[in-house]
Amino acid sequence: MIKAVMVMNTQGKPRLAKFYDYQPMEKQQELIRSVFSALSSRAENVSNFVEADAIFGLDSRLVYKHYATLYFVFVFDSSENELAMLDLIQVFVETLDKCFKNVCELDIVFNYSKMQTVLDEIVFGGQVLETSSAEVTKVVEEISKLEAASNAITLVPKTVSSWRGR
Amino acid sequence: MAGSSIMETLFQRTLEDLIKGMRLQLIGESVFISKALEEIRREIKSTDLHTKSIALQKLTYLNSLHAVDMSWAAFHAVECMSSSRFAEKRIGYVAASQSFNESTPVLLLITNQLRKDLTSVNEYEASLALECLAKIGTVDLARDLTPEIFTLLSSSKVFVRKKSIGVTMRVFEKYPDAVRVCFKRLVENLESSDPQSLSATVGVFCELAAKDPRSYLPLAPEFYRILVDSRNNWVLIKVLKIFAKLAPLEPRLAKKVTEPICEHMRRTGAKSLMFECVRTVVESLSVYESAVKLAVAKIRELLLEDDPNLKYLGLHALSIVAPKHLWAVLENKEVVIKSLSDEDANIKLESLRLVMAMVSESSIVEICRVLVNYALKSDPEFCNEILGSILSTCARNFYEIVMDFEWYVSLLGEMSRTPHCQKGEEIESQLIDVGMRVRDARPELVRVARSLLIDPALLGNPFLNRILSAAAWVSGEYVEYSLNPFELAEALIQPRASLLPASIRAVYLQSIFKILIFCVNSYLSQTETLADWEPKVLDSISDLASVRAPIEGECEEAFNPRVLGQPSADNSIEDIGNVDDGDGQTSKFVSFSKNGFTRESIANLLNLVEVAIRPLSRSLEVEILERACNILGLIEVLKREMPAVFQNEKVLEKEELEVLKLIKLMNDAFSEELGPVSVSAQERVPIPDGLVLKDNLADLDEIMGDVKLPSASSFSLESPYYGHRMDPASSNVQSNEDSEASNESMSLLAEHRKRHGLYYLPSEGNGTISNDYPPANDLKSVDTNQDDTEDFVKLTAQSLVSKKKPNYAKPRPVVVKLDEGESVPVVPKKQDSRDDLLSGAVRDILLGDDAEKLSSSIKGKEKVNMDPLDSKENMHDMENSHHRKTTSRRSKQQPHRKERGRTSLEKLGKEKEEHGGKVKSKSSHRHGRQKSRQKAEGSSDVIAQTPVIPDFLL
Repeated sequence: MIKAVMVMNTQGKPRLAKFYDYQPMEKQQELIRSVFSALSSRAENVSNFVEADAIFGLDSRLVYKHYATLYFVFVFDSSENELAMLDLIQVFVETLDKCFKNVCELDIVFNYSKMQTVLDEIVFGGQVLETSSAEVTKVVEEISKLEAASNAITLVPKTVSSWRGR
Repeated sequence: MAGSSIMETLFQRTLEDLIKGMRLQLIGESVFISKALEEIRREIKSTDLHTKSIALQKLTYLNSLHAVDMSWAAFHAVECMSSSRFAEKRIGYVAASQSFNESTPVLLLITNQLRKDLTSVNEYEASLALECLAKIGTVDLARDLTPEIFTLLSSSKVFVRKKSIGVTMRVFEKYPDAVRVCFKRLVENLESSDPQSLSATVGVFCELAAKDPRSYLPLAPEFYRILVDSRNNWVLIKVLKIFAKLAPLEPRLAKKVTEPICEHMRRTGAKSLMFECVRTVVESLSVYESAVKLAVAKIRELLLEDDPNLKYLGLHALSIVAPKHLWAVLENKEVVIKSLSDEDANIKLESLRLVMAMVSESSIVEICRVLVNYALKSDPEFCNEILGSILSTCARNFYEIVMDFEWYVSLLGEMSRTPHCQKGEEIESQLIDVGMRVRDARPELVRVARSLLIDPALLGNPFLNRILSAAAWVSGEYVEYSLNPFELAEALIQPRASLLPASIRAVYLQSIFKILIFCVNSYLSQTETLADWEPKVLDSISDLASVRAPIEGECEEAFNPRVLGQPSADNSIEDIGNVDDGDGQTSKFVSFSKNGFTRESIANLLNLVEVAIRPLSRSLEVEILERACNILGLIEVLKREMPAVFQNEKVLEKEELEVLKLIKLMNDAFSEELGPVSVSAQERVPIPDGLVLKDNLADLDEIMGDVKLPSASSFSLESPYYGHRMDPASSNVQSNEDSEASNESMSLLAEHRKRHGLYYLPSEGNGTISNDYPPANDLKSVDTNQDDTEDFVKLTAQSLVSKKKPNYAKPRPVVVKLDEGESVPVVPKKQDSRDDLLSGAVRDILLGDDAEKLSSSIKGKEKVNMDPLDSKENMHDMENSHHRKTTSRRSKQQPHRKERGRTSLEKLGKEKEEHGGKVKSKSSHRHGRQKSRQKAEGSSDVIAQTPVIPDFLL
C-alpha cells in the first residue's frame, strides 16, 4: 500500500503532503524534511528510487520524480511495484496537466484543494483505485461542478435567508 | 450578530486569498500565519456554515503544509460534514480525514453522519464518506458501518463500488468479523467484468495476502484465472504479488503458475510487469530452473539498459537471486563490477552487495584488496559502506570465510588508514576479538598494532581513536610477541598521545604498565639464567647496548630503532643470539635478547617512561591519574631495588629475589590469557544472597546529592601529596606499600580469573610462531595504478570461476568459539492478534464457502465419520450463518455473538448430559474434523494456534 504522497519544491517547501497512516503533525514535518534532504542530495539523471527504510520504517520504498521546480514523491511498501509507482506519478502529473493546462508550480500552489481532489481519486486510503487520467479528470470536473452548484445556489440567497431565519 | 455574520461572509478571505496573501506577505511567514489563525478562530465560531467551512478549509491547508495544530477544530469539522451543501460537506470530510485519529473524542458523533452519507443517492457524497472511513476508520466505525459497506459492495455505480471495495481493507483490519459479512461479495467482485472493480479487489487481496497468505490459498483458482485471462498490467502485477506469497506454501500451485508467468515475461512490453514476473520467479519460484534461467536473461536485459532505474532494479533482482543461484551473479559480474563506479549511489550500493555475495574463501583476499583500493578513491559515504560491508562479511559467523588471519589482521590495519574511515568501533572490536579468539594471529596483530601506534599522524583523527585504543590494548596484552617492546613503549608515550581522549589515554597507560612489567621480567629472568653461565657475554651485551643507547636516545622520536640499531650492532648481537641458542633458549627468547634486555636498556626505558608519565600524575582524570601513579610507583620500587642487580648481575641476594618475585607475580597476572566471554556469562553468575539487584535507586540521588564531589577538585587537592611522594627519602615506605597494594590487586585479579575460569576459555592450539608465511597482500601490492575495474573483472574471472581451493601454506588457525550463548537469541515473531482474528475469520468464510458449494470431497470425508447429532448441529449452524449473511442489516455486535456462543455451548452441555457416554467420541470426532480441515488447507499448525473465535460453522 501507499504510505505517503508528497509534492514539494526544490527548496523543500511542501506543496502537498498526504499520509495514509496517521502521523502526528510533528512527525509529518520531520518526515517531509528528511525526505527533502534525501532528495536534494541526489544528482540529476540518477535512478528515481531512494532507500527509505531509515525514514519511514522497515519495508518502505520511495520513488520520486523531478519536474522543473517540483519533486513528486510516493512512499510505499512491498505490495507495490516500483515501476508501476513511477508510472503512477506520471499519471498524477498528466492529470494535473489536463486540469490546469500546462501545469506549473503556481497552479499547484493556488489550487491546493483541486490537486488534493485529483490525488484522492487516484489513491484511496493508500490503495490505487484509478490509473486512467481521463477517468480522474472526468470525476474531478464533476466534483467541481457540484461544488460550484452548491455554492451558486447558496451564495447570495443563503446569507440573506439565514439572516432572516435567525 | 447577524450583521457581523454578513460582514464575515462578504469579506471573509477564501483559501485562495490566504495563499495569495502568504506569497505577498512582507511581515514574515510565522507572523502572517498567526494572524491568519486568529482570523480563522474567529470565523470558525460563526453560526453560518459557509463562513465556518471556509475557515475550516483554510485551517486544513495550514495544518497540512504549515504544521498548524487543528485538533481543536474537530467539532467544527463534524458540523461541516453534516451540511447539506456538497462544498461544505466536502470541506468537513477532508478536514476530518486529515486530522482525526483514534483518540479524537468527537469520533463517536460521526457514525450516523457517515451512515447517512454512505446510503446517499449522490454517489459523490457516498464517496466522501468512504474516503473518510478508509482513512480514519476505527473499530467502532468499522463495526457499525459494515452493513452499509456490504450493500455498497454490489452497487451498480462503479464509482462507489470500487471505493467500497477499497474500504474493506480498513474495515477488515479494524473489525475482523466484518469478513463474515462482506467477504463473499468481495470475492464475487473478483469475477467482475468491470476492470476498475477488479483492479480494486485484487489490490485488497494483495494487501490481505501479504499479511497472511495461507488463508487465501482456497482462492487460488480465481487468481489463476485472472493471471491467465487479464490483460491489465496493473491487475497482473497485483496477482503476481499474491502468487509470490502463495506459491511457497503449495508446491503444486507453484508448478502450475510458473508457465503462465514465464509467458507473461516473454510477451509483455511493459517493463513494470516484466520486472514483477522476474521478481516473482526469483523470490518464490527459484526451484524451477527454466523459469529462473529466463528470469536471469531478463535481468541481463535490464542491466544493459541505459535507464538507471532499470539497471538498479536489475541489480536488485540479482541480489535476490544470489543466495540460491550464484551463477546468475557470476554470469553478470562485469556489469556488476562496472556498476561499482556508477554515479548513482543506489546502483553502487546494490553492486557492492552483489560483490560481497560473490565472496568465497578463495576469492576474499583479492576482492577485499581491490575494494579497499576502491574505497580510497570514492566519496566518504560510499567508502564507509565498502569498509562496513568488508568488515561484516569477514566477521560473519566467527570469521568463517577468513582462512589467513595474518592477512586479515593486516587488512584491518590497512582499513584503519583509509582516509575517510569512520568504522573505528567495528575495527576496534574486531582487532580485540581476533586477538582473543585466534592465537596464531597474535604476532601479526602486534605488528599491525605497532605500526598504527608509532604513526603520529593517526593520533589527530578522532575517528581512529577507538582503533588506537584497541591497538594499545593489543600491544600491551600480547607484548610477548613483539619484536621490540621498547619501541612499543616509546610509541605509547609519544607526546602527541596527549591528543587522545582520557579514556583511551588510560588504555595507553595500562599498556605501558604491562610492557614495563614484561621487559623487566624478561631482563630479570634472563640475568637469572645467564648469570651463572656466561658473565662475559652479558658484559658484552651491556657494552653494546651502551654504545647503542645514545643513538637511540637521540633519535627516539624517529621510532625506527630497528634500522638504527642494525648497522652498528647487528653482527655481534647475532653472535650472542647464537650463543643463547646454544644454551637451549627458545627462539622466542632470542628475538628478545636481540633487542637487548640489558641493564642499560631497561634503565633507559624506565627513565624514559618516568619522564613522560610524571606530568600525568597531576592529571585531572581519575583513570589517567591512577594508572600513571601505578607506573611511577613501580618505577620507583624498581629503581630502589635494582641498583644491586644493575651493578652486579652475578650476585643475586635476597632483596633482589624479592623484586624478582614481585615482578614475576605481576607478570603472571598479566600473562593470564583473556578469552572471549559469552554473552550469557553474566546471567550464569549466581546472584549472591542478600544482594538486591532490582532495587529502585532513584532516591539515592537525594541522599547522596550533597555527598557527591566534583571529581576535578577532589583530585587536584591530592596532587601535593603525590608531589611530596617524589621525595625519595620519604617515598620509600609509601611506594613500597603502594606496590604491595597493587601487587595484592594483581594477585586478586589472577585469583578472580582462576575462580571464574569457566567463563574464560581454556587455551587451545599451540603457541608456536612460524614466520615463514608471507603476508598475503605483500605478494602483489604494487599494481594499484592499473584500472581497478579491469583488474577486478580479471581477478574475479580467475578466482571465482576456478573452483579449486588454493593451497595454503598452512592450515587455517583455530578460531575459538563458545559453543553456546554467543549467537543472539532469536525472538520468535509474534503475529498480531488482530491479524490472527482476521485470518481466522477469512478461513472460516472460505472453508464455509467450500463446504457449501465446491469441495464436496472434504464434506464427504466429514460425513463418513459424522454422527447424526453433529451433522444436525452442523446444518443448524450452517443455516444460521446463511441466515446471517443474507440478513445483513442486523448488526452483529460482540456481546451478541458471545451470547450466541454461550447458548450454543449450553446447548452442547445439555446434549452432553443427554448423551452421556457419547461425549468422548464426539470430542474426538471434532478433532478429526479439524484435521480434515487442516488437510484441505495444507496447513498443519496455524489453525491450531488461532485464538478462540466463536466458530459458527462448527
